[in-house]
Amino acid sequence: MEALYLLVPLSVAVVFGAIWLFFKASDSGQFDDLKGPAERLLQDDDRPGQ
Amino acid sequence: MNMLSEAEADSIAQTAEVTAGCYHCGLPLPSAAQWSVEIDHVERAMCCPGCQAAAQTIVDMGLTDYYRTRSAFSATADRAALIPPELLLYDFPDAQKQFDLNAESAEATLTVEGIRCAACVWLIERRLARLPGLQAINLNVATERLYVRWSKDACKPSTILQAVRDIGYAAYPYDAARHDAQLRRASRTLSRQLFVAGLSMMQVMMYAVPAYISHDGTLEADMAALMRWASLLLTIPAVCYSAFPFFQGAYASLRQRALGMDVPVALGIGAAFIGSVIAVLRGEGDVYFDSVTMFIFLLLCSRYLEMIARRKAAGALEKLQHALPASAWRMDGFPASRATVMVPAAQLVAGDFILVKPGEALAADGEIIEGTSAIDIALLTGESAALKKSPGDNLPGGAINVTQAIVVRVSTAVADSTLATLVKLIERASNAKPHIALWADKVAAWFVAGLLLFATAVFVFWQWHDAARAWPIAIAVLVVSCPCALSLATPTALAAATDRLVRQGVLIVQPHVLEILYRTTHIVFDKTGTLTVGKPALQNLQTLSAATHSDCLRIAAALEASNAHPLAQAIIAAHEAATPVLPAFLATEVSYQAGRGLEGDVAGIRYRLGNALFVAELAGPHRDDHRADEMRSGMSAVYLASSGTWLARFDLADALRDDAQQVVAHFRKMGKELILLSGDQQDVAQHVAAELGIREAYGACLPEQKLAFVQKLQQHGAIVAMVGDGVNDAAVLRAADVSFAMGSGAALAQTHADTVLLSPHLAAISDTADVAIQTMRVIRQNLVWASCYNLIAIPAAAMGWINPLLSGVGMSLSSAVVVINALRLRRIPNRQTKVAALAPAAFGTHDEAVSQRT
Repeated sequence: MEALYLLVPLSVAVVFGAIWLFFKASDSGQFDDLKGPAERLLQDDDRPGQ
Repeated sequence: MNMLSEAEADSIAQTAEVTAGCYHCGLPLPSAAQWSVEIDHVERAMCCPGCQAAAQTIVDMGLTDYYRTRSAFSATADRAALIPPELLLYDFPDAQKQFDLNAESAEATLTVEGIRCAACVWLIERRLARLPGLQAINLNVATERLYVRWSKDACKPSTILQAVRDIGYAAYPYDAARHDAQLRRASRTLSRQLFVAGLSMMQVMMYAVPAYISHDGTLEADMAALMRWASLLLTIPAVCYSAFPFFQGAYASLRQRALGMDVPVALGIGAAFIGSVIAVLRGEGDVYFDSVTMFIFLLLCSRYLEMIARRKAAGALEKLQHALPASAWRMDGFPASRATVMVPAAQLVAGDFILVKPGEALAADGEIIEGTSAIDIALLTGESAALKKSPGDNLPGGAINVTQAIVVRVSTAVADSTLATLVKLIERASNAKPHIALWADKVAAWFVAGLLLFATAVFVFWQWHDAARAWPIAIAVLVVSCPCALSLATPTALAAATDRLVRQGVLIVQPHVLEILYRTTHIVFDKTGTLTVGKPALQNLQTLSAATHSDCLRIAAALEASNAHPLAQAIIAAHEAATPVLPAFLATEVSYQAGRGLEGDVAGIRYRLGNALFVAELAGPHRDDHRADEMRSGMSAVYLASSGTWLARFDLADALRDDAQQVVAHFRKMGKELILLSGDQQDVAQHVAAELGIREAYGACLPEQKLAFVQKLQQHGAIVAMVGDGVNDAAVLRAADVSFAMGSGAALAQTHADTVLLSPHLAAISDTADVAIQTMRVIRQNLVWASCYNLIAIPAAAMGWINPLLSGVGMSLSSAVVVINALRLRRIPNRQTKVAALAPAAFGTHDEAVSQRT
């Protein structure tokens, strides 16, 4: 059970890390458009625009 | 994935060929369609010049891939909407300034309509990428916003708008200053708060489980302390960041000396958190971190749902507002010169001459100086038929010119126009809004006050009885009761119902709609555009000679083929909707006499089509017994005759919506009083009411009279729902306790209605009423459940019988029950499709034919 003394604080750190990551992604506008990128992926353009 | 979309595209191509629909938008082809575009070496038929132009542009730009990969038909490229002259307004130096970013480049956010599938995204971005001078493009599919940045020297705003419109999408500048920035920030903040609360809830719950499942003594004291400290650390962001709006709301309501629902929420969160922190510091007592985080998360969930529903509603409203004219063609040199200049409508002053082309709306009040035309002022008077107006007649702003170009002298500036006066009327009515909505708040405040008093009393009692337990027990009362279930009961049900209605094409703009609609006693309908389609349709064709029914219809349709008059459109629509399909005749040498009718040759025979007097000149006198009857029942009669013979009489009237009958029956069954108020003549109103089974009908009502009528009903204790359309209804819509605006109607009325119906089906109103009943039932169930739970849990907590496990489980269970019960409202029952199928088929097709043409 001693491992918990390391794992519990570690899990707290991981949660704060996740929150930091989420804020960063949210700032970069990643969650503004949840539909577009998925659809753009399907349109492989073989001939780049002139 | 590419294979899949190609397969889908193939199936679409096939469907288009099989149904012989338009290759671009999929609509059925009109019988006389002669438009086509060669796409991938195959000649494809198009339904209208608009679609043809859009498809041709796409092919010319080398973007034919679009047709190969799309998985849905494009939006119909309506020509009039596609190339509005207003686009040029955006090139004026003044207008361009609003887009400026710095010395070289400018930026804009545009609203784009008509995005249907992935190929649309590709098409728009490809097309814009080829414009010279464009620096950045970003299309947000979810919000339908297009961000563009361009170099000012190489590109103009109108060029960009035009480029998007060329390929068949309607685009216009989005007024970002008004909503966007603020709304986006609010939504981003809320989603962050939700995320933090959710993450913290899950993790804190994990630390709480060992304490719940371990029997006394099996959990080491050190370990328990570690878990508590970890929980404390993770609860801090949830309380300080995620729960911030609740503290803010509580503070705001306390400053106004009121007790809102946020007060006990904030107090519960605050007390439980501080109590738990003290327990952790002292190393003894109960902690409630799991309850706190879960509570915050669940409350934020319901707020998030509500906000998404609101945002959808706001976006749709913003689109509708663009229906009003923003520009006018001013004739500076009139009458000496006929040159026109495009100016913003706001710059017009009294005495200006403006040219109004057919199909355009008048930008300001004015007097006709030149030209005779049919004018549609249904927007302002509610009158359904377009009226013939000639020089000397006064027209209100917002009137739509239907047939011929006219020159109008502006009589008042836009700000003082009839429309503006009506807006003032609306504002006056908005001050007289009934105070029913405040009732709910009052009850909530009493509950909150009672709860706070009780918690204090419990604290005082235990202080005297057993001081060591006083603090934990007072917190337990607040947490257990934590108006969790009570404060979730109403908003989650309302949010779920609102979300479902949005998906059904009903936008709830004001939050009180469902509550009030449930208690409504009187439902007041407007006639034109509400119970009726708002456009004339052929009701009856009476042959007057040996000629067959279908021949008469074909001849009449041929004569009217190029006429934009609403009555002519009705005859053409009837011809196109006829089954089996009637091949079209071709009329030659057609001449039009305003206000009388038209004359032309079909297959070598001379015909006249128009009013009785006009036709009699060709066919000789004719005695029509029915004439008096039709005048009374609100029909207009059009006659067809050849030399010496009367052939047929066409009876045209504003057609009832195909589901009007069913909606009226539905409300009568629910025991509501139905009333018809109309700006049309009394006999017309009476006729429609009789047909639908509405007992009370009042015709010839001015906006003020409608307003007075509704206010009188309210003074007698009635709760009035108003269903309307048109600016003349806006004031009364505002005054009614709950109001509906039909989405196909005037933009202004919609902004002042509580509910906007986007679908052209009146049945949406009875659906909304059903949802209101269900919602109230769910709310009542939720409240009963929450009350029962509180009645048992609060005394138990006050007695000190509830341990952390029970209080946590009880609290989450009660809120879970409430949320799940509310989510049932999101499901759309299948009943609706059955109803649609049951609607009378002949009437339905007729209605569709009319609406497709518009």
